[in-house]
Formats: sequence, structure tokens, C-alpha cells
Amino acid sequence: MGCWWSRYGGYLVGFVSLFTLWHLAAVYLVGSVLFPPPSVVFRKAMVLLRNGVLIEHLWASVQRILAGFIAGSLLGIPIGLAMGSFRSLRKILEPYTEFLRFIPSVAMITVAVIWFGIGEASKIFLIVYTTIFIVILNTAAGVSAIAPNKIRAAQALGATRAQIFLHVALPATVPYILTGMRLAMANSFTTIVAAELIAANEGLGKMLWDGRMFMLVDDIFVSLVCLGLLGFAVDRMFRWSIYTFAGKYSPAT
Amino acid sequence: MSLVRLRNVQKTYRSLQGADYVAVEGFDLAIEAGEFFCLLGPSGCGKTTVLKLVAGFESPTAGEILMGDTPVTGASRDRGVVFQGDDSLYGWLTAVENVEFGLRMRGVTKSERRDRAMRYLELVGLHGQQQKYPAELSGGMKQRIQIARALVNEPTMLLMDEPFAALDAQTRALMQQELVTVWRAMRTTVLFITHDIDEAVTLGTRIGVMRAGPRAAVKGVLDVSLNGARDRTDDVFLRYYRQVYEMIRDEVAKSNARAE
Repeated sequence: MGCWWSRYGGYLVGFVSLFTLWHLAAVYLVGSVLFPPPSVVFRKAMVLLRNGVLIEHLWASVQRILAGFIAGSLLGIPIGLAMGSFRSLRKILEPYTEFLRFIPSVAMITVAVIWFGIGEASKIFLIVYTTIFIVILNTAAGVSAIAPNKIRAAQALGATRAQIFLHVALPATVPYILTGMRLAMANSFTTIVAAELIAANEGLGKMLWDGRMFMLVDDIFVSLVCLGLLGFAVDRMFRWSIYTFAGKYSPAT
Repeated sequence: MSLVRLRNVQKTYRSLQGADYVAVEGFDLAIEAGEFFCLLGPSGCGKTTVLKLVAGFESPTAGEILMGDTPVTGASRDRGVVFQGDDSLYGWLTAVENVEFGLRMRGVTKSERRDRAMRYLELVGLHGQQQKYPAELSGGMKQRIQIARALVNEPTMLLMDEPFAALDAQTRALMQQELVTVWRAMRTTVLFITHDIDEAVTLGTRIGVMRAGPRAAVKGVLDVSLNGARDRTDDVFLRYYRQVYEMIRDEVAKSNARAE
């Protein structure tokens, strides 16, 4: 119990105070149907859960984020590794990354819809787009941040170039790759909501849009809370898996 | 025949502004098999440049470096290296996995390389620490891992670049004693870079004093015939100390004058 409290007690207090403040603000400060208190939102969420609408929207968004995020990372990591390893390749690819990363994924929505329609393909394209550059840049930065003595030591120990890449450069870069992926995950949330706001048949963003159209303020809040909780949960899971599977790679240990 | 010969070696670096800096020039040195050679010089004189050239991390601009009678063209496991800082250790591997690294690259079986790594960890006094990660170990212990990691590979020669410079005085003195013990047991040839006269006289069987850079070369070489434990308060020790001091004093002054 004591152990449980010291690990999660802070979160509990934080969340309870967040919902209390929200309740106080909604009921005593604003007192309008345009700002529902948590109890109302919770009841609405229960209704939407029971009739399956919420699950449908939630799952649509999660699926898109996961597919795009995984594809973007799988593409970005090798490109980043190659860019960090070969100076000439870096020079060739830098115009792409440096040019494209300043065009926000939100700005690409229109193009994505024209190219891929309003189905899954356009959403996944956008998440891949938002993921790939952050992962590439972080991975490449990780490779170039490797201490030269780590490479030299491996050379003096008889490692071949391929072995140095596999056993030194790659593991030394893992913390940077994971950081890039975590940042990309946060950006994926922004992108998916924006994309679904503009063009989608389901998803949390679509839920927000419908809420605005039909003045379903409670629905809007259910969607917002879901986004917050989902983001929090995914980020925790990410941190937990970094800690569990890659703890020894983290620079802190 | 000498184990390693440097003949008329020159190394020039080009700065980003395009200016050339000649770190060493006309550098001649011969290191014999089995000796503990200390290369001593004022800071910034190009000692580390010489080590990088011998290790094969860099190649000379002119002159030649021979190992036996083959020219050095790159790094090889003939020449194990111990670096000054701890940034050459692999933070994601435990102490014993760091020591095994070279054996693993050569495809030595897991059980055999673990056995051999453990023997060397014991030799450098790291028994019981094998499962710790470098970040969990002190500066002295990290240098021990580096020494074990280089020695387990059974190099013909061990190159050490001021390996104890970043340690506190007590740890340094202890590490020096232990290094002498290990060296006596192994008889691996050592090229040890240092700026510390005391360290050179404590460890070396020969001491080479370098001139201040740029265009540094060897000013003179001194045989140290001290057998057994070297005592810093011993008269013979002090005589050697003074002799080396006389050789290096002007060079330190020159090096400081240039720095100002």
C-alpha cells in the first residue's frame, strides 16, 4: 500500500484536483450549458459507450495513429541511420527533410484528401508524414552524437565496419530514436484530430465536428477528455516500455 | 628488431579556416617488445597525436610507422587502446559484456568468452562488479574495465592515453601500482602517454620526453633501471625525477609561453 501510494499517489491527487477544479469552474463560475461539469460529461460518455458510438470513434482514431506511427517509424529509423552514417547521403537528403519538415502536416491535409480521398489512406499518409521527419532527424542526430572514442575502441578491438554499425552505432542511437518516436506520437494526436475535423466519417475529430454542427456540447467534451486520457495513457505506455525494454540504453543509467 | 618504429613521422592538421597546424614533425621513436614506454610531454605537445597514429586511428602526413616490418595502415586488435575518459565504454553493456566485446566480435563462444572476461575482470580487481553498468561504477573502476577490455583481446601492445589523468590522487596511485602488477604478469608492451613526471618515473622502463609543439619531436629518451617497488621517497627515484624534470622544464615553459 505504501509503495502503491508513493508511486501513484501523486497522479491520483493530480487527477482528482483537476476534475474538482473543472467541476467548481463549470458549476459555480460559468454555470452555462456550454461548459458542462465532469459529472455530465461522464454520464454522456457512459451513454455513448453503451451504444457503441464512442468505441467506434476512439478505435478509428487509435487505429490510424498506430498504423501511421509504426509505418513512419519503420521508414524513418533506417533513413535517419543512413543519414547519420554517411555525410554525402546526409547532404543529398537534407533538402528533403529540411524543406518538408517546415510544411506542417495540417497544411498537407488538403493535398492528402485530394490524393487519397477521405478514407483511411489519407489519414495514415498524414500520420506517416508527421512521424517520419521527427524520427529521421532524431535518429540522424543520435548517430552523429556518438563519441568518436566508442568507434575507435571497437576498431582497436577488431570490429569490422558492419559490426561497428550493428553493435556500437545502433545501440548508442536507441535513446535518440525513442525520443524521436515519443515526440512523433504527440504530434500524431494533433494531426489526426485536424484531419478528422476536415474529412472523416468517424474518429474523435469527427465527433468534435459533429458536436459543433449539432450543438452537442457534451459530446465535444467527451471527445476532448478521451483525447487527453488517450494521450496520457499512450505516453505512459511509451515511457513504461522504454523503461522496461530499453532502460539500459537510456543515458541516465 | 623493434616492435614499433616511427620514422621521420609528420602529422599536419588543417583547421576549418584552412590553416595548417603541424602537430609533430621529424618524429623518430622505437619501442622494444616487452618494455613499458612512457611518452612524456607538456600539455598540447602532440602526445595524443602520436598515440592516434600508432593506434592507426589517423595516418601520418609523412614518414612511416612500422609494426615489426609491416606498415600500420589502420586500427587492429594487435594494438589495444585505453582512453583517457570513459566515453569509449558501451553504456548499454554491463562491465563483463564490455570486456567481452572484442571476443564477441571474433565469434568466440559465449561460455568461453565469459570465462576469459571474468579472469581479466579479476585481474584488474573488478570481481563482483561484472553485472553493473558503467554508469554505476566509479571513475577508477571504469578505467579498470577499459584495461580488462583491451587485455582480454591479447594485443601485442597496449596503448594508454593518460588513462589515470581524470582520477583523484589516491585512486591514481593505486591504479598505477595495480597496472605495474598486471604488466609484470602479462609482459605486454605498453606505450603510456602522460604529462606527469611522477607517473612516468613510477611506471616506465623507459621515458621519452617530447618537445613542446608545434612541430614536436622526441627530445630525449631515458632508461629507468629501478627494480621492484618504486618508492617516491627513494633517492634513486628522486634522481630520475630530477633528471626528467631538467629535460622537460624548458619545454613546459615554451608551451606555456605559446599558450599565452
